[in-house]
Amino acid sequence: MNPSLGTAGGQAASITVRYFASLREALGASEAITLAAGTTLGDLRDHLIARGGRHAEVLARGRALRCALNQVMADEATPVPAGAEVAFFPPVTGG
Amino acid sequence: MPINPRVRIQTEDFDLSTEVAALRAGDGGVGAVCSFVGTVRDHNAGQAGGAAEAVSAMELEHYPGMTERAIEAMIDEAFQRFDLRGARVIHRVGLLQPQDQIVLVVVSSAHRGESFKGCEFLMDYLKTQAPFWKKESTPDGARWVDARVADDQALARWGLQAANSA
Repeated sequence: MNPSLGTAGGQAASITVRYFASLREALGASEAITLAAGTTLGDLRDHLIARGGRHAEVLARGRALRCALNQVMADEATPVPAGAEVAFFPPVTGG
Repeated sequence: MPINPRVRIQTEDFDLSTEVAALRAGDGGVGAVCSFVGTVRDHNAGQAGGAAEAVSAMELEHYPGMTERAIEAMIDEAFQRFDLRGARVIHRVGLLQPQDQIVLVVVSSAHRGESFKGCEFLMDYLKTQAPFWKKESTPDGARWVDARVADDQALARWGLQAANSA
């Protein structure tokens, strides 16, 4: 299954989504997704929430969550380029 | 890999004296070295208002690649802000026991003020911006550690927005 995210607006792009810590336990370590050019990190989160089930639960709005684009912290307004590595994870607790 | 990389993520323990010696080696301009070692406590602060719980082990997960990159960027930022001569950060991952060392930050400079500030800045930054996650083993089972608002506030003192715990 390779769900696409409203590809009408532009060229489809495939990306990798990675999960860490409690999100990894719930959703697995990574998945490949196809989405439309111009899709933002926030759009992608909403798309994953719309799948329902565990995705809806752990990515739910109101839950503290951070995201990274190509291994750099990013906010949800950031567009996701083709070939990107996106990651969603809980607030960090190192040190 | 460079002989003295500034950032190391490893399962093995580290030795403070060895790292300080390596950081100072060959640099006669160093007049101050400041270090911080974080260790595993045998208890936590308890869940929202609850009593403290015993912690029998701690598992540390990270985001390989991003972790190194994020800490390298923090060190670059520390060099911009303070007059430092050297810095290195070691962070352990995997399964740790109470009293084990978790993290080391060592900073050198010509005078003490810059080293004190640089070391504290790097730790405050690391706590809220480096992708590590701790999972504690308690009598009630294993539990992911919650981020602390106090850590965001610590970074805010340096004029940086953390936005980690919210």
